[in-house]
Amino acid sequence: MRQKAHELLSSGAVGAVLAWEKGELPYDTSPAVFRDAEALDKMVYNGFCGSNLSKYLIEQGKQDEKVLVFLKPCDTYSLNQLLSENRVAREKLHIIGIGCKGKLDVEKLRTQGIKGITGIEENETLKIQTLYGDHELPREDVLLEKCLSCKGKDHKVYDELIGEDLSADTEQGDKYAKVAELEGQTPAERFAFWRGELSKCIRCNACRNTCPSCTCLKCVFDNAHSGVAAKVNATEFEENMFHIIRAFHVAGRCSDCGECSRVCPQGIPIHLLNRKFIKDISGFYGEFQAGETAELNSPLLCYDLEDAEPNIISKREGDN
Amino acid sequence: MQVKDQNFKPLVVSFCCNWCSYAGADLAGSSRLEYPAEVKIIRIPCSCRVDPLFVLRAFQRGADGVIINGCHPGDCHYTSGNYFTRRRMTLLFSMLDYLGIERERTRLEWVSAAEGARFAKVMNEFVGKLHEMGANKRLGDIRCKE
Amino acid sequence: MLVCWCGSNIAGTVDINTVVEASKREPGVVYATDYQYMCAEGGQAMVRRAIEEHSLTGIVVSACSPRMHETTFRKAAAAAGLNPYMVEIANIREHCSWVHKDKEVGTEKAVVLMRAAIAKLNLNTPLFPGESGVIKRALVIGGGIAGIQTALDIADAGYEVDIVEKSPTIGGTMAQLDKTFPTLDCAACILTPKMVDAAQHDKITLYTYSEVDEVSGFVGNFSVKIRQKARCINSKLCNGCGDCIEKCPAKKAKSEFDEGLANRKAIYVPFAQAVPNVPVIDQTQCLKFKTGKCGLCEKVCLPKAINFEQQDEIIEKEYGVIIAATGFRPLSPERYGEYGYGQLPDVITSLEFERLMNAAGPTGGALLRRSNGEKPKSIVFIQCVGSRAEPDKGKSYCSKICCMYTAKHAMLVRDKYPNIDVSVFYIDVRTPGKNFDEFYRRAVEQYGVNYIKGMVGKIAEEDGRLRVQGSDLIEDTQIFVDADLVVLATAVEAQASARPLGTMLTASMDQNNFFSESHAKLRPVESPTAGIFLSGVCQGPKDIPETVAQAGAAAVKALGILSKDKLIGNPCIAGPDELLCNGCASCEKVCPYGAITYADKEINDHGHRTTRHVAEINEAICQGCGACTVTCPSGAMDLKGFTNRQIMAEVDAICR
Repeated sequence: MRQKAHELLSSGAVGAVLAWEKGELPYDTSPAVFRDAEALDKMVYNGFCGSNLSKYLIEQGKQDEKVLVFLKPCDTYSLNQLLSENRVAREKLHIIGIGCKGKLDVEKLRTQGIKGITGIEENETLKIQTLYGDHELPREDVLLEKCLSCKGKDHKVYDELIGEDLSADTEQGDKYAKVAELEGQTPAERFAFWRGELSKCIRCNACRNTCPSCTCLKCVFDNAHSGVAAKVNATEFEENMFHIIRAFHVAGRCSDCGECSRVCPQGIPIHLLNRKFIKDISGFYGEFQAGETAELNSPLLCYDLEDAEPNIISKREGDN
Repeated sequence: MQVKDQNFKPLVVSFCCNWCSYAGADLAGSSRLEYPAEVKIIRIPCSCRVDPLFVLRAFQRGADGVIINGCHPGDCHYTSGNYFTRRRMTLLFSMLDYLGIERERTRLEWVSAAEGARFAKVMNEFVGKLHEMGANKRLGDIRCKE
Repeated sequence: MLVCWCGSNIAGTVDINTVVEASKREPGVVYATDYQYMCAEGGQAMVRRAIEEHSLTGIVVSACSPRMHETTFRKAAAAAGLNPYMVEIANIREHCSWVHKDKEVGTEKAVVLMRAAIAKLNLNTPLFPGESGVIKRALVIGGGIAGIQTALDIADAGYEVDIVEKSPTIGGTMAQLDKTFPTLDCAACILTPKMVDAAQHDKITLYTYSEVDEVSGFVGNFSVKIRQKARCINSKLCNGCGDCIEKCPAKKAKSEFDEGLANRKAIYVPFAQAVPNVPVIDQTQCLKFKTGKCGLCEKVCLPKAINFEQQDEIIEKEYGVIIAATGFRPLSPERYGEYGYGQLPDVITSLEFERLMNAAGPTGGALLRRSNGEKPKSIVFIQCVGSRAEPDKGKSYCSKICCMYTAKHAMLVRDKYPNIDVSVFYIDVRTPGKNFDEFYRRAVEQYGVNYIKGMVGKIAEEDGRLRVQGSDLIEDTQIFVDADLVVLATAVEAQASARPLGTMLTASMDQNNFFSESHAKLRPVESPTAGIFLSGVCQGPKDIPETVAQAGAAAVKALGILSKDKLIGNPCIAGPDELLCNGCASCEKVCPYGAITYADKEINDHGHRTTRHVAEINEAICQGCGACTVTCPSGAMDLKGFTNRQIMAEVDAICR
């Protein structure tokens, strides 16, 4: 990857490279733009490169140059969605699809009591060196939430592929399991669950900032003229309001990349709101995956004469 | 078992599209058909003008129920507005339900300009249901409570 | 703030004084009063006076429904120099005093409704309707009787009209008919003079053998691309002598005009009175195109009009209005196995029957069996073939004309051949229309046509005849009728080209692919899309008198636009805040009118100039539904007169 980036950057074929940069700690990576071939030494691609780089292309795309971007299979769905909404110009991108074996969740390592990590060897079994001794554990035990419902190994948009054959088959769990479980509860139980979760929200806006579908120039919640501006959640209502509206605004556009939950410092399972919409959309209007192609229209931008009436939500099976 | 408050007067915001439902409500009036005074109507050009923000806003400010009325599918003055409404509101109501906000507090109805009686009936039913459920405690804003 | 009593209509259950006093405590209210009948001249004078005396910047009238008198009060405001869109109505009659009997309850609600109207008005801004010009030319799509009539009416009023007809001649289905009910005029006798009128009218241009390829624009300013298919004949040189047709050796093509009952040449005019009388070369049949050899027509053509090299031509023109007059096709009954159509040569459709009865038809008007060319002794007519059917069996609607034309057919047969027995299977006989029922009764009483209420279950060939098995619902028995000819009254079906055309025109269609009218009762010839009008059967089944009446009505509605120099728009339309628009184009996708387009624009964002892809509204097209506003997540798109903030202010006022 680094070699390819070096090649394209030095030859001037691209003006910038969007990839991951290593941080101080072994599990520390962050999205970064490389303009200088020399700086590419810092580029990294490992199990902790869970972040979805596609959204950074909006900002990067404003420059008058071509950008090289590395995308994992699931990230390409987000990029397709951005392309469909004219947020990114395809001709300014050189997309290299890269393989992925499922990304790791450092929080899950921590809850397993693994702290003070000094090094990691990634294989099917992870070998982790820490200040307090070595650990070994299966990779699948510490995958990110989003990797538990992996969309598969295929890149939906790319110019070339590198190492895609190294992708691992990730177990495709039932992504709707938790949503269905909540649907099966009483309204009071659901209310209690969500109150518990949403009350943790500190309105840091990390979910919004990372979300590749949240691409408004100015969010309604930041716009003093919108009538609903709110920079903080002053009340329980505003906690609900922000998350309901955010989920609604990305409904039909959200590719379920899971970044919102991944970045939430409070651990709120925000993706369960988005997945509820995805489940409903697929259930009511036919199976739908945002970002499958760049030509796909959100189901909220079209309709069918025979669409279900809203009382369908009262008729759902296994629901009470 | 919830004890019903006999004095409870549910506050209902009823969005009516200008071409069908608002006229239907007018017809209910000119036919002298009674429905609870708690129903307050807001005129909008088309049911597709209803933003989820408005629905949440109503609950925030203390509404106990929100009902959106539009032309019957196929009769939209703007040909397709109510089809968009149907998708949007089905999803929104389902989401509110998912968050534990009782689904009986939100409703989408098709009322034509000729259905004055139906308008009154729907309003009576809706308010009746809210009476059974009591006040909206799950989506209000404490700052808006007296 | 002006409160109306409406006599006792409002004042009976709403305490007017309380409403007036409460209104004075609302923000922005500087003057409040009441009057017995605000809509009467006295009340309106009061409105004008109040605006002038108190320099009001807006008024709320608490009165009857805005559907009743909003226009009245807007006019009154305008007369006093106030922008008419600074008027809000609180509907305290239909939505309040008339539905609540308790005065306390009614008064309380009236106060809330009044408060909501004030809250909204406080956020109103003066609105100014846009203007757009009108191209004074009409396009009629379809050259049947509907299109011809509409075109003639518009042209007679002095405006230019183009007719686009996909077949080589105008005339449509009516030209194929023999006689017409209820007067039994010969169709050609009444239609062909109109065809000639259309062709000779100096305001009418015919584009036959042409189709509409592309439509853009909006009311007053449509741009249309017309594809004139290659006739392989230079129409300007052709003198219509017909020598080419005579010499053409390729004679195996089925004549569309004769419903396939006769053959035509590869170079042909559909029928003798075709307009224009210019042949067409059917490239799928022509030997020159198929083998490269022949070219006989070219050799015999004295004016040298034949041109095998001719290509389709695209003609771009602009129009102020477009009238759809695409007509219909009879449904093909092949799908109904019980009738054996397609297998049994003596089972034919009504339109085929028209051709067989027509003196200019394939048999010269002699009614002969198709199997053996003999005269039939008994004929069975079957009605409702494909009409009034279960959704999976055919059309759910009544095709409206079949009862009458079947009665006509039966009558014509009995008149011409009194020895032929005629039976008609029917579900109901529907004859509303001037002199229609009398016509039907004549068929029964005077001509002795045997009407059988019931349906046909099976038609089988037996000894060279057809055995028609059906039910007689009145006698409640199964019956058999032997027939030599069976005629199926097939359903009227929209043209296959109607829906794609509807999409091009952004005109809505119903589930049967008929064009939807704007209002079933009050706007029956207008499409909901401004500037698109509907003429004839493309809107739904109808007979010739109705078609002609509707064609005239469509012409009048079209003239209503053509005769204007400027169109005044509705100012309550959507508009984007370019600073917020992120260019996602979601709004464009939900707009039912195609009023939204995207363009790269230089945006001055607080001194920072960038070029962005942003939404633009065509004010002449936008009808103000608001679908786009809710689709826009950033709230960049808002609707004038019903802004997000206005509606939220109403919500707040109601929930206060």
